[in-house]
Parts: sequence; structure tokens; C-alpha cells
Amino acid sequence: MTQEQLIPLILKKDDRAFTIMYDMYSKSLFAVISNLVKEAEEAEDVLQEVFVKIWKNIESYNDSKGRLYTWMLNIARNTAIDKLRSKGYNNSQKNLSSDNFVHLLDDSNKLINRIDTIGIQEFVKKLKPKCIQLIELLFFKGYTQQEASDELEIPLGTVKTQNRNCINDLRTYLQV
Amino acid sequence: MTTQEILDSGNLELYVYGILNESDTKEISELVKTDKAIADEVVSIEKSILNLSSSFSPNISAEIFEKIKVKLELKHGKVIEMKPRSNASQYIGWAASIALLAGVAFQYNKLNESNSTINSIQIEKSNLQKSVVTLELEKKEAANALSVVRDTKNTVVNLAGQTVAPTASAKIYWNKETSTVYVDASGLPEPPEGKVYQIWSLKLSPTLTPTSIGLLDNFKGNHERMFAVSGTSGAEAFGITLEPAGGSKSPTMEQLYTLGKV
Repeated sequence: MTQEQLIPLILKKDDRAFTIMYDMYSKSLFAVISNLVKEAEEAEDVLQEVFVKIWKNIESYNDSKGRLYTWMLNIARNTAIDKLRSKGYNNSQKNLSSDNFVHLLDDSNKLINRIDTIGIQEFVKKLKPKCIQLIELLFFKGYTQQEASDELEIPLGTVKTQNRNCINDLRTYLQV
Repeated sequence: MTTQEILDSGNLELYVYGILNESDTKEISELVKTDKAIADEVVSIEKSILNLSSSFSPNISAEIFEKIKVKLELKHGKVIEMKPRSNASQYIGWAASIALLAGVAFQYNKLNESNSTINSIQIEKSNLQKSVVTLELEKKEAANALSVVRDTKNTVVNLAGQTVAPTASAKIYWNKETSTVYVDASGLPEPPEGKVYQIWSLKLSPTLTPTSIGLLDNFKGNHERMFAVSGTSGAEAFGITLEPAGGSKSPTMEQLYTLGKV
């Protein structure tokens, strides 16, 4: 289902739309949340909060704000960061963690080793370390280009072109 | 910028990530609506990063989905599992209802028994009351009779049986001071249907003059056979005749049962 088909259903508060939306986006959002909020139970609390916010504030979404998924991503990142701040973590987005999202794989207790995801996990591990760093900072942590440029000590213009090359590799692998 | 330049810029990726500033975001959002190549590119980038991030998701507890639905008050939330009722509880239910039924039947029987006992006791009671009343009346009659017999002021006149009834007898108790007369008719046979005894006071001289002083009505009902009749003074003899019901003006001498002089 495309977001163009899904959005009218969510606006109608059709409870089937909730199920579809949850199936489509919950894993991605939970990966982003878990990468920030390490404790599993807290991460699940944040996920609940995120979906409640999405459902209740769907009227405030419009396509000038970007993709529906992008809007959800921002809610997820912001809610997770709010959670960390409320728990007295460092206020800065930076230094939230020295790990990156690939480490989510290391915790065998909480990772579901689904057959359909093993391939992409292995593929990502083989990506250039720079790609993992860029995706970690830009996508998972929502750093701006400038912040990523500072963090990785690479020129500002290179940040987005390198990131694009990484995504292109991924797309080739996924054939999308 | 040409479409290709936009695709190659790397901005579309940042657009999907949600980290472009507001004005750049708005600009691309407009381009997406008009430029199909850009729109397709955005969807593909989204697919790839959505896929990648989803594959790194830790396991989400199954109840999270239901918890959110509850918070959002969505229908078809948690399906409440209906546990099939066990056979044991069914049997207990049936057993309990049968026991109850038996209990009710037993109590109903008991109630009927009690009711009929109460009925028969009430009948007995009313019978006893009747007996008591009867006995009271009889006692009163007996006491009356006794007081008449015992009264020393009474003159007792014995009436002897006559031709129609040689074995009959009667007594008159006559109080001359109060002029009251009682008849002890216990020696008389029961009068036939439609007949009644009539009491006469008689003057013998100068001529035989009978005066009716009363009828012995309700002969059967008077257990002591002690009757009060009208008073008389100056009687010289008393006689009792059997007369048609209601009595006669003058005695039917053929039916003179008893007679006695004072």
C-alpha cells in the first residue's frame, strides 16, 4: 500500500488503517528508537507513545512536510530524544552513543533473526564503514549535514553525495 | 537545476531522512507533485531505507500493538479469549439444579402435609368448641333443672299416667309466691310429629275449669325436659294433654296423658 492510499484511511480513523500503518512502519521506527533508547522496555514505551502521537496528530500532517514516513521518523527521533533527556542523559544529540545501528544485531536476546532480514544485515555489515557511519548519523540520529560533516571530519558537500552512493549500493542490492 | 542534477545532488535522500531544512523540504515536496522521475526516486529511497532499518529492528513484544489500540480506543482491539466451559462445571451446574428441584419438591410436600395437618386440627378444634358449647348449654339446663328441684318454696305436684299413657308421669314445680310453674316432663314419651304437649291448670270446683298455661315446645331439644310455663294462682290440679301443634283452646280429654291434684 502506498502512503497516498493509506493517508485517507488513517484520516477516517479506520482501525484497519492502524494495523496496516503499524505493519508497514513499526519495525523501522522501533529500530530508530532502539538505537537511541537502549533499554528495551523504555524503547517499547517510546514506540507506543510515537504511534499514539501519529494517530492523534495525523490531521497536522500534510505533504508539504515531506513523506508520511519522514514525518513519522521525526516524531520517533524526537520522542526518543525527549525520553533520554527526561532520564537525565546528556542534552546534546551528539554523544548519545558511541555505538551504531549495526550493534543492534549484537544483542542476540532482542533481535529477531528473521530469515528475510539476514541477507540485508550481512550486506550492511559489508558496506563501507563510512556508509554505516553516515546512515547512522543522518538517518538513525537525524544529524544535519553540518553536524555529520563535523563529526566525521569530511567536507560538507561530500556528506550528501557519499550518503547517496551508499543508498545507491543498497538499492542495487534490494533492486529498488 | 535539471531533474538529473536534483537526483544526483543527494538532497532527496536527506529529504526522506527528514533532515533538510524547511524551505528545501517544501521545494522538493512541490517537485514531487510535478516531476514523476523525482517522485519515483523518493519512493525508491524510502523503500531502501525503510527496508534497511526494519531489518535491524529488535523484536517488538506482541502486546505493544494491542496496548496502543487500547490507548487509541480502537475497535477490534484485544480479542477476549472465551474459555470453553469445562465439563465439570456443567455437571456441577446440572447437579445443583437437580438438587434444588428435589429440595423444592420436598419442601412442597412438607408444606402440603403441614397444611392438611392444620386443616384437620382446625376441624377438630371447631368440633371441640361445638362440644364445649353444647356441654355448657346442657350444664346450664341441668343447673336450672336442679335449682328448680331444690327450691324448697316450690310445691311439687306429681302427675300420674292416664288411660292413653298409663306409664307416663310428670312433675309440676309450682312456686306460689312468685306464681312460676316448671314442668318436669322427663316421664313423658316424645310427642309424635305435628303434636305438642299442652299444660293445663285446673280448678275442680265449683266446675272443672281448665286454663292453658303453656305448650312444651322444642321437646326434643330440651335435654333435661324441664320447661318453664306461664304462672298460675289458685290451681287445684294440673293436667297434660297431647294437642295438635299450636295448642288448643280447651283440652282434648281423650288425649289426657297425665293428671295430678295439688
